[in-house]
Amino acid sequence: MESDDAMGVGSPIVRSRRRRVYALVLAIFFAAIPSWSVRAEDAGLEAALAGLASRDFREKGAAVAAIAESEDPSVSRILEALLDARLFVRAADARIVGAEGEGDDVAYFDAATGLAIDAADAAGLKKIIVNNRMRTDLRTTLARLRLASPDAEVREIAAKSMMADRSPRTLELLREAFSKERDAGVRETLRVALALSELESDDPELQLGAVGELAGSLHGEVRNALAALIERSQGDPAEQGEAVRAVRAAAEAAIASIDRKRSGLALVETLFFGLSLGFVLVLAAIGLAITFGVMGVINMAHGELMMLGAYTTWGVQQLMPDAIDASIFVAIPCAFLVSGAVGVVIERGVVQFLYGRPLETLLATFGISLILQQAVRTLFSPLNRAVETPGWMSGQWVVNDALSLTYNRLFIVAFSIAVFAALVGLLHATGLGLQIRAVAQNRDMARAMGVRGSRIDAVTFGLGSGVAGLAGVALSQLTNVGPNLGQAHIVDSFMVVVFGGVGNLWGTLVAGLGLGIANKFLEPFAGAVLAKIVVLVFIILFIQRRPRGLFPQKGRSAGVT
Amino acid sequence: MPLSKRMELGRTDRLVVLGLLALMLGVPVLNLALPETALLHVDTFTVTLLGKYFCYAMLAIAVDLVWGYCGILSLGHGAFFALGGYAMGMYLMRQIGDRGVYGNPLLPDFMVFLNWDALPWYWWGFSSFPFAMAMVVVVPALLALVFGFFAFRARVNGVYLSIITQALTYALLLAFFRNEMGFGGNNGLTDFKELLGFDLQSDATRMALFVTTVACLIGAYVGCRAIVRSRFGRVVVAIRDAEDRARFLGYRVEHYKLFIFVVSAIIASVSGALYVPQVGIINPGEFAPLGSIEVVIWVAIGGRGTLFGAIVGAVLVSFAKSWFTGLFPEAWLFVLGSLFVLGTLFLPRGVVGILERPSS
Repeated sequence: MESDDAMGVGSPIVRSRRRRVYALVLAIFFAAIPSWSVRAEDAGLEAALAGLASRDFREKGAAVAAIAESEDPSVSRILEALLDARLFVRAADARIVGAEGEGDDVAYFDAATGLAIDAADAAGLKKIIVNNRMRTDLRTTLARLRLASPDAEVREIAAKSMMADRSPRTLELLREAFSKERDAGVRETLRVALALSELESDDPELQLGAVGELAGSLHGEVRNALAALIERSQGDPAEQGEAVRAVRAAAEAAIASIDRKRSGLALVETLFFGLSLGFVLVLAAIGLAITFGVMGVINMAHGELMMLGAYTTWGVQQLMPDAIDASIFVAIPCAFLVSGAVGVVIERGVVQFLYGRPLETLLATFGISLILQQAVRTLFSPLNRAVETPGWMSGQWVVNDALSLTYNRLFIVAFSIAVFAALVGLLHATGLGLQIRAVAQNRDMARAMGVRGSRIDAVTFGLGSGVAGLAGVALSQLTNVGPNLGQAHIVDSFMVVVFGGVGNLWGTLVAGLGLGIANKFLEPFAGAVLAKIVVLVFIILFIQRRPRGLFPQKGRSAGVT
Repeated sequence: MPLSKRMELGRTDRLVVLGLLALMLGVPVLNLALPETALLHVDTFTVTLLGKYFCYAMLAIAVDLVWGYCGILSLGHGAFFALGGYAMGMYLMRQIGDRGVYGNPLLPDFMVFLNWDALPWYWWGFSSFPFAMAMVVVVPALLALVFGFFAFRARVNGVYLSIITQALTYALLLAFFRNEMGFGGNNGLTDFKELLGFDLQSDATRMALFVTTVACLIGAYVGCRAIVRSRFGRVVVAIRDAEDRARFLGYRVEHYKLFIFVVSAIIASVSGALYVPQVGIINPGEFAPLGSIEVVIWVAIGGRGTLFGAIVGAVLVSFAKSWFTGLFPEAWLFVLGSLFVLGTLFLPRGVVGILERPSS
C-alpha cells in the first residue's frame, strides 16, 4: 500500500473491472470470426491441410492456424496427431493421413474426411515434422479449442492442464476463456489457472493481485508456483523495489495460509482414516463383546466366523455374477445366517459343556478355529478369493483438492453404526434382549424366573457369531479374503473388548474408535507396524492400571468372570 | 521339611528321570558307536528330531508350572522361548565371523545388506559364550519380572491375563519382523557354523547338543518338582485353587506368582536357546501367538499339573504333527483342532489322567 499506483490498480476490484473491459473487447473481436470462417468451411479444411505438406515451417504454421479456424469438428483430432508426430503425407496423392493407437493396433484415418483407411492403403507415408515453435503454437491452439469445447468436463481438464504448463503466453487465452465461462466449477479452475499465469508475468502489480487470488487455493500447483515466485525474487532487498518486496511478502503469507489450511485438512483426513479403522475394529469386536462380555465365554473361533462371513460374500457373488452391485445386500443376511448357524452349532456341540471354565473354553474354541480354517482351505483353496467391490462403493467423494474420502470406507462406517445401533436396540428394547441381559447378570436367578437359560445361551452365541459374519462382509471389501483372514483380526478384537471393559457395548465402541484413531495418528511418526506395537504396549500397561477396562461392570456380576 | 526330604522323588518321577537318563546316554551311543547299517543304529536326523521334541517338552514344563500349578494361563510363553533362541542365535551369528556371504568380519550379513556400518549396542558382548548364556537367562527373566510385577500387582487374572500375554508376544512378533530392529527381520538369524568352535553339522556336536538338552530337561523337571513339592509350592497350588482365600490367609499372592512366572520364563528361554542350534534358524515366527497356544494344548493333552504330563503331551503331539504333516499335510490342522476340542471335553486330566486314575 506504500506505492501510489498499487493503491488502486492492484486491488482486486479494480483489476477485475479492467479485466472485464478487456474481455468485452476480446469477445467482440472473436464474435466477428465465425462470420468469415463459415464461408471458408469445407474447402477451408482441405486447403489448409494441403499447407501441411510444405517443407517450410512458416507455411506449415499458417496451415495450422487455418486448420484451427476451419471449425471442423475433427480439428483437435488432427492437431493432436500433428503434435504427437502421428500425422503423415501420403506420397501417392499428397493426402494427409493420421495414425491412432500403438504397436499392432495402429489405425489410419484420412485427415480431411475423418474416414478410416485400410492399413494397405496407408503405404508410403512421410511424417510431417514440426519444430519447437510450432509445437508451442499447437499446444496453445489445442488448449484454446478445448477451452471452447461445449463439454464442461473437457474445459475443466483443459484448464487443469494449463495450470501445469503456465506461461505468459497462456494468459490471454485464459482471460478470454474466463470471461466466457458460465460453469461455476470450471470458472473456479480457470480463475486459479489465470492467477497462476499472472504470477509468471514481470508486472509486480499483476503478481500481487494474483497472489491475493491464490491465497486460499488448495490446488497442488499453487503452492509450488508461489514457492517458485519467492525463489525467483530472492536477492538483495536493497536493490529490489517496494513492489517486488510486497509481492514476496504476500506470497509468503499466502503459502503460510495454504499450509495452515492443508494441515487442518490433513488432520480431518487422519481423523477419518482413524474413524474408519476404528469402526472396522468395532465391527470385528462387537460380536466378541457379546459372547465374551455378556456370556463370559472366550470365543477364539470368532475370527474364523468373520472369515466365514467374508467367504459367504464371495459365494453370493459367484451365484449372482451379473448383479454385483446388489449382491452385497443379499450377502449381508446370508453371512449373518451362515456364521450364526455355525455359532449355534459350536455352542450346542462344545461350549455348553464348558461353562464356568473359561480357560478350557478358550482352548476348545481355538481348536474349532483351526478346524474351520483348514476346512475352508480344503473346500475352496489356500489362495485368496477375489471379492468384487460393487460399483457404487468404488471411487471417492472429493471434498476439495486436498481431501477426498473413499466410498467403501464411508460405507463401512455407516454399516458399523447400523449394526451397533441394531444390537443396542436388540439388547435394550426387546424381550429377548431382556432375557439375554438377565442370564448374563445372574443365570440362576434368571432361570428361577422362567428364562430358559440354555436356549438363551445358544441364541446369544448365535447372535454374536452372526455379527462376526456381518463384520466379515465388511472386511471382504477391505482386505484379502483367505483362510487367514480371521487370525489377522482376532488379537485386535480381543484388545478392543478388553480395553473397553467386558460386558459393555458402549465400552467396545469407545475403545474401538479410540484405538483406531490413536493408530492412525501414530502412523505418520512411527510407521504402521511400530504404531501397532505402541498401541499393544499401551493396552498391556492400561490393563495393569484398570484390569477391568475403560468401563468396568459394577456390582455383583462384576466378580463372575 | 528338610532339604533331602524335599528333593526325594516319587515313583513316577524316578521312572521319568531314569527313562530320560537312559535316552540321554543310550541314543548317542546307538548313533556314534553302531555302524549305519546296524538294526539299532539311530541316524542323526532322528536324534536331532528327538532333541527338538525334548526342547518342546522343556517349554511345556515351563507352561505347566505356571498354568498347571499356579493357574496362570500364559498364551505368550513362546515369547520367552524365542527370546532365549535369539540370544543363542546372536552368539552363533557372531561365531560366523567373516565367513558370511559378504565376508564382513565386523557385521552379520543382514546388517551389511541394510548398509549399517556399526554393530548396534545390544549386539555388544554376544561374541562371548558366557555373556550370551547369561543373556539367555537375564533378558526373559527381566521381561517376565517387569511384566509379571505390574500384571500381578494389578491383580490381572484369568482370561485377561491370557489375552495380555498374547498381546505381549504379538507385539514382539511385529517388532522382530521389522528390519530396523537389528535382528534380521523376516528372515531371522540363520546360516550358523559353529558352537564353541565345534562344527554344528558334525554328528558329535549334535550328540552333545542332544545330551545337553536332555540333561537340561531332567534338570528342569527335577527343579520344578522340587518347587511344587515344597511348602512354597503348596502355597502356589493354594493360590491356583482359591486365590482370594490364600490372600486372606496372609500370603503375598503376587510374590508367589511372580517367582513362579520368572522361573517358568527362564526355563522356556533355556529351551529356546537349546532349540536354535539344533534346528539351525530362529525367526520371528517363533513369537506367533499360535505357537504359544499350541504349547498350552501339549500340556492340556498330556495332563496339566503333573509336569511329566507336559513331557508326554509335548512329545506325543509333536510326533503326531511330524507324522501327519508327512503323510496327510492337509489333515494336520483338523487333527490338532480336534485334539483341542476332544481333549478339553473328554480328557480334562489329559493322557496321564487315563493312566493313573486312582491317584489324587
